[in-house]
Amino acid sequence: MEYGRSKLSVDGVGMEYIERRKVPRNKKDRGKKQGDRVEVLRDITLNIYEGEFVCILGPSGCGKSTLLKLIAGFLKPTSGSIVIDGAEVDGPRPDNIFVFQEGGLFPWLTVYENVALGIRHVTDEKKKEGMVGEYLEMVDLTGFENHYPHMLSGGMKQRAEIARALAVGPDILYMDEPFSGLDFLTRLHLREELVNMHLYIQKTTLFVTHDIDEAIQLADRLVVLSERPSTIKMNYEIREPHPRDINAGSLHDIRQQLYLSLGVHYTL
Amino acid sequence: MAGNLRLCKFFSFTQSGLVEENGHVFPRNMSDRFKVCPLVVFALILVAWELISVLGIYDPNTLPSPSKVFRAFSELATSGVLIRYAVASLFRVTVGFYLAVILGVFFGVILGVWQRLCAMFHSLIQFLRPISPLAWIPFALLWFGIGDGSAIFLIFLSSFFPMLFSTVVAVKNIPPIYFQIGANFDFSRMETFKLIVFPAILPDIVTAMRISLGVAWLVVVAAEMIAVKSGLGYLIIDSRNALRMDYVVVAMITIGVIGLVIDKAISLLQKPRFVRWKFEKK
Repeated sequence: MEYGRSKLSVDGVGMEYIERRKVPRNKKDRGKKQGDRVEVLRDITLNIYEGEFVCILGPSGCGKSTLLKLIAGFLKPTSGSIVIDGAEVDGPRPDNIFVFQEGGLFPWLTVYENVALGIRHVTDEKKKEGMVGEYLEMVDLTGFENHYPHMLSGGMKQRAEIARALAVGPDILYMDEPFSGLDFLTRLHLREELVNMHLYIQKTTLFVTHDIDEAIQLADRLVVLSERPSTIKMNYEIREPHPRDINAGSLHDIRQQLYLSLGVHYTL
Repeated sequence: MAGNLRLCKFFSFTQSGLVEENGHVFPRNMSDRFKVCPLVVFALILVAWELISVLGIYDPNTLPSPSKVFRAFSELATSGVLIRYAVASLFRVTVGFYLAVILGVFFGVILGVWQRLCAMFHSLIQFLRPISPLAWIPFALLWFGIGDGSAIFLIFLSSFFPMLFSTVVAVKNIPPIYFQIGANFDFSRMETFKLIVFPAILPDIVTAMRISLGVAWLVVVAAEMIAVKSGLGYLIIDSRNALRMDYVVVAMITIGVIGLVIDKAISLLQKPRFVRWKFEKK
């Protein structure tokens, strides 16, 4: 696959927040007082190409989600700039849809109504129905149109949210640990489905995860962040075709190296 | 410990049970199983009451017998007084309650959304809330005179603060993730209210309505004892002045029955799917 056009560039982004806790949240932050500045991200520079599947990986609490929320426009960086298609990001937009970790569906709407949210301006009911049906079929949820989110399993909820995101026809998809609340098998299934989906629709996707295997399986580009204040520790391109065997060849080496760099010495 | 264990066993037993119907098996509904129990309790009380009256333990003037109350009931019912008074009470409750719901939800949403305004008014609301609506009776009479106006005002006061307070809390408890989604999907201000705020707070509002209406029905009796010359509360105070305790009991029973019916009626508002999602959440 060739990735010609630059889609998104993050240029020297830094992020600080003011500590609100009276008691620090973990050992690393010992000595932090309320009102202190905490530097989360330092000088992050990143270039993402059209159609790429980018996984952002890093230790817990390093600022992966913060980086994604900055790029999505939910937060403003303290320094630096984020540019998508030549325009500075100044807030969330329907061109770039964010898929949340869990609980992103509106519980008072049915699956159909949730998926139809992004295309609510389509006045032709027949056309809208067709579009919703198409995306529900893509995530294998046909027949669940009239179910409410609380009637679905965790995996089905996540798939419905992906369908809702895709129905908008977004330019970029942001996914913030979308599978971390799911059981092991469901996670593997959804991972597979996501690979196929990406091969099929070729949307630029930014995917935050702490699961190394998941990242290696999915990513065209792997961005590894360091401990806080986070900098980019590694920026790999993985050009292996799908489906991938992460226990063989160059992927195996990458996997070993990643485990080591994140402080795990025995890889399974 | 053993006692606790036995209690747990008891509860797990009472909540189990399956019913077979048309070849399908459903979990047994607790309310179905115990449907007759309330009637048994009422019947037992009635029997005990009749016994006490027949045995003449109390003076019939202090405790009227069930048969006397029944006769009083038919008197009041046939003369139309009971219906007229019940309607008068219901009218006051309805008007005062609706006003309270509309204004309470309206200002509640404004305060819930607008943080600064909420900070300004929070103490005032918390200060006014514990003052019983009945404490306002002197002013109600001064401002609205004897009549529906004062009674409605008192009922309004009794329901307004609970509605306002519940709405503010409900709006503040909407998870911020929903607003992020709204921003992501480019919701307009109108859409944010229509698609997020109102559906999200609706179940809490219905619950608050159920509680407020109960309180309003309590207050109407007290308000009518002082502020008006009709209604079930007035019937009680007027009958007491005439030493007709049987009428007092009729009024009390009517108040109880109507209270039961309106609670049942408003509980129907919790049935639709766009309200129920909140109660069925895992």
